[in-house]
Amino acid sequence: MDGPTWGMMGVVLGLLAVTTTIGQLLKRYPESGINPAAVDTFNSRVRAWWMMCSLLVAAFAFYNAFTVTLFGLISFWALREFITLTPTRLSDHRSLFWVFFIFTPAQYILVGMNNYELYSILIPVFGFLFIPARVAIAGDYKRFLERTAKIQAGLLVCVYCLSFAPAILYLEIENYEGKNPLLLFFFVVMVQLSDVLHHTWDRLFGRHHIARQVSSSRTWEGFLGGLGSSMLVGTALYWATPFSPLEAAAMSALVAVMAMAGGLTMSAIKRDRGVKDYGTLVEGHGGVLDRIDSICFAAPVFYQVTRYFLALS
Amino acid sequence: MISQTVLSVAAKLLSGASVRWIDCQPDACQRVYFANHTSHLDAIVVWSALPREVRARTRPVAAKDYWIKTWIRRYLAKTFNALLIDRREIKVHQSPVDLMLREIGDWYSLIVFPEGGRTSGEEIGEFKSGLYYLCKKRPDLEVVPVHIDNLNRVLPRGEFLPVPLLSCVSFGTPLWLEAGETKQSFLTRAREAVVRLKEV
Repeated sequence: MDGPTWGMMGVVLGLLAVTTTIGQLLKRYPESGINPAAVDTFNSRVRAWWMMCSLLVAAFAFYNAFTVTLFGLISFWALREFITLTPTRLSDHRSLFWVFFIFTPAQYILVGMNNYELYSILIPVFGFLFIPARVAIAGDYKRFLERTAKIQAGLLVCVYCLSFAPAILYLEIENYEGKNPLLLFFFVVMVQLSDVLHHTWDRLFGRHHIARQVSSSRTWEGFLGGLGSSMLVGTALYWATPFSPLEAAAMSALVAVMAMAGGLTMSAIKRDRGVKDYGTLVEGHGGVLDRIDSICFAAPVFYQVTRYFLALS
Repeated sequence: MISQTVLSVAAKLLSGASVRWIDCQPDACQRVYFANHTSHLDAIVVWSALPREVRARTRPVAAKDYWIKTWIRRYLAKTFNALLIDRREIKVHQSPVDLMLREIGDWYSLIVFPEGGRTSGEEIGEFKSGLYYLCKKRPDLEVVPVHIDNLNRVLPRGEFLPVPLLSCVSFGTPLWLEAGETKQSFLTRAREAVVRLKEV
């Protein structure tokens, strides 16, 4: 490991240590006046970040294939949560089998083989056409468009979009050979951080809701505050990335906007289904999909913009 | 024992089952768990949802014609210690209830599906009377309602390839057969206990 990698690790461990300390202090001194339930939620969030972070570090220490597999499993689980909550009909069973056991593994295998030509179109073109055809062959036309759209949306968001995060590992960037894990780490940290900053600003200064019916906590003040502060943090971390300080600020802003869009979109789906969280796998974090919704939206945009401006081929 | 653990872990992964105990605790005392029936996986999933020491002394009741068809099914049925009942040849002097009671002795618990066959998953069908006779002959057994949610989407009727969605198994408050309770009112009460778990 070289200087920037150690630096990045230091920053992340430092941030985690600070949040853990704050959480423990709030728990120790209940007279601070903050709702104890909120403190508990915060602490279990921090615990889950430790888990995510150690998994990521473990993944980076091994081969790229390991990281790709890890993201593949996360996609698989998120897709489970998504389809579980979106009612499909029993006649969609065979189409779902294809989605889970053919498209999802194929997408990640292609990412692992760095076959950009194929994995960038596998789901949006072939999957998009295959799913309605397979549903039609099953012979059930009730709510046809709605059912196919649900399966397509689940596959696109949970699998296609998320697969661009590990794809960052295979970008060829000048003067940045062998440092791609650092860029992926920068991306994941910036997404999580912009989420946290957004919520912190909401709590402190939130007045005007972005869409009250969809999310009662997200406000314009929180979003703008979160945007500004993640740009500051992103610029400060530019040395870990292939970007100049200005570019790092722009990329952080992009990530913050997409993370907000992802969180808001997924809450809209949850509201419509009348649930608060997608699942119960990670303690205190709702479901896997609740944690990665912002990554799903930010990953393809981050990847494509980086590729467009910096990639060699 | 190892194959039992492997099977239960595999079943939990495949069905993604979250397990809820609502006003009920896992206990190794003799019980009859009764559940709605929507999929062939039901027996394995409910059995896997129990803690290890309870699982070791619980036998799901399953249809013989389905579970002896291929060697893999026979092996699975042996692993989860299924009590196979022949649905086609029910004799008067050898009723399934007597067979079950003889097999469990004073040691095993049972998992039964009183609807008799699989239903579509939306509605819970009327209960067959076996559950009542089971309780009448052994009034000391605790009868625990179980509701299985979403498993019919994991492996619906007539399909053989499962799709790994997330399901939920809920255990509810134990019931007993009241003194002098009629068959009909007991079965209705038992069925309502399962329906209530669906709403919780």
